Amino acid sequence: MESGKVIVSPLRFQLTLKRLCHQVLENHENATDLCIIGIQDRGVYLADRLCILLDQMTGSRPFKYGKLDITFYRDDFRRRDKPLRASTTQMDFAIEGKKVLLVDDVLYTGRTVHAAITTLQDYGRPASIELLCMVDRRFNRHFPIRSDYTGIAVDALDQAYVRVRFNQTDGTDAILLFSGKQNM
Amino acid sequence: MFQSQLSSRHLLGIKYISREDIELILDTAAEFKEVINRPVKKVPSLRDVTIANVFFENSTRTRISFELAERRLSADVVNFSASSSSVSKGETLLDTVNNILAMKVDMVVMRHPAPGAHHFLSRHIDANIINAGDGTHEHPTQALLDAYSIREKLGTVEGKNVLIVGDILHSRVALSNIFCLNKLGAKVKVCGPPTLIPKYITSLGVEVEHDIRKALEWCDVANVLRIQLERQDIRYIPSLREYSLYYGINKALLDSINKDIVIMHPGPINRGVELASDVADSGRSIILDQVENGVAVRMAVLYLLAGKVG
Repeated sequence: MESGKVIVSPLRFQLTLKRLCHQVLENHENATDLCIIGIQDRGVYLADRLCILLDQMTGSRPFKYGKLDITFYRDDFRRRDKPLRASTTQMDFAIEGKKVLLVDDVLYTGRTVHAAITTLQDYGRPASIELLCMVDRRFNRHFPIRSDYTGIAVDALDQAYVRVRFNQTDGTDAILLFSGKQNM
Repeated sequence: MFQSQLSSRHLLGIKYISREDIELILDTAAEFKEVINRPVKKVPSLRDVTIANVFFENSTRTRISFELAERRLSADVVNFSASSSSVSKGETLLDTVNNILAMKVDMVVMRHPAPGAHHFLSRHIDANIINAGDGTHEHPTQALLDAYSIREKLGTVEGKNVLIVGDILHSRVALSNIFCLNKLGAKVKVCGPPTLIPKYITSLGVEVEHDIRKALEWCDVANVLRIQLERQDIRYIPSLREYSLYYGINKALLDSINKDIVIMHPGPINRGVELASDVADSGRSIILDQVENGVAVRMAVLYLLAGKVG
């Protein structure tokens, strides 16, 4: 077991969250058309935090907030060691013609985001889709996908593992780097 | 950590799967129910899977439900029914299925009049097998969709009193339901004429009641079954009219019992025999919810079996 190298401390984590919220509001001054959609499971933890901060900043909630499960759209079904358990999709609004902001904790190969975009298309035709992620691992992308709002860019080896921890589920806000997934 | 895959490669019957398997199927079905209520009712999960629906017995609801479930998972589907096949030319079951599998089929959904036909097949072929009914033995997906419907309506199955009324002797729905409800912690009672209740049914952990009024007063849910005249080689009841008089459920009977009872029926209904129209079409009945849930539950079963590794 390895304790992992802290690459973002709790204090910096909260500053980064605030910065991301400001950037989102800069681009969506009138957020009434904005739909924030967290990707299950860990993208939802990040989206929950962003929504709390955005509520404080805007004083109300002009935007919509939903949770998207992409399990049935994964392109590695029947190809991975073990199937994944599906989570709940909660989107009680229409995304047709709306500006969607997808939220995930780590952008790595881009396959999760690709599956999320495919999933969204089954709910309607949004005006645009943007991506916000806490960590952008810039090496080993499998698809031409980039993030519009990035917490931190991490250039790590393929075998390394980056973990985003959230106060509400893991007891602390931090980003850690491990030498491998089996070591965390 | 939650279980994320089934313990079995096949769904031969509820008897052979665990409570955790059943709960995984029901939880996954809840996510598929969300899918089938979307504008686009389709996910791409099984796009590289081919499924054969092999029906050696008549079916409307189950076959359509399976086919819809398969198509909504993006699987390729081939349908086969015994009446239009080489079975009538003398081909054996194993030869028929092997011929279908030679065309690169990954999963077989089969209904067969012989109890145990699926077990036999599972010992001889590689594909995943799903039992869509084997004679008077089991009909596992019906039991799963019944459990899902009870859970959806009452919040849980555990601790509920479930009554199964009718032709228990010839009913695969009754047997699968008894296994499923017992595993999920419900209390089960069966009710019907003594000739249509198997002698040793209590060894499955269920109680027997012959008085329909007493049975209804006891239960939270009544699952009403059809009298399966086509499976009866001798006369078990004097007449359908007499059966209806003693065991038929109508509004007057339910109104006289001061209790909210959920009414279920696996279909097809013989209106006016086991169930009166004023009950079947009332707010107490969840019969059409059962049909809708059937697609979601079958999607979950197909998805989980297709994703089973090792």
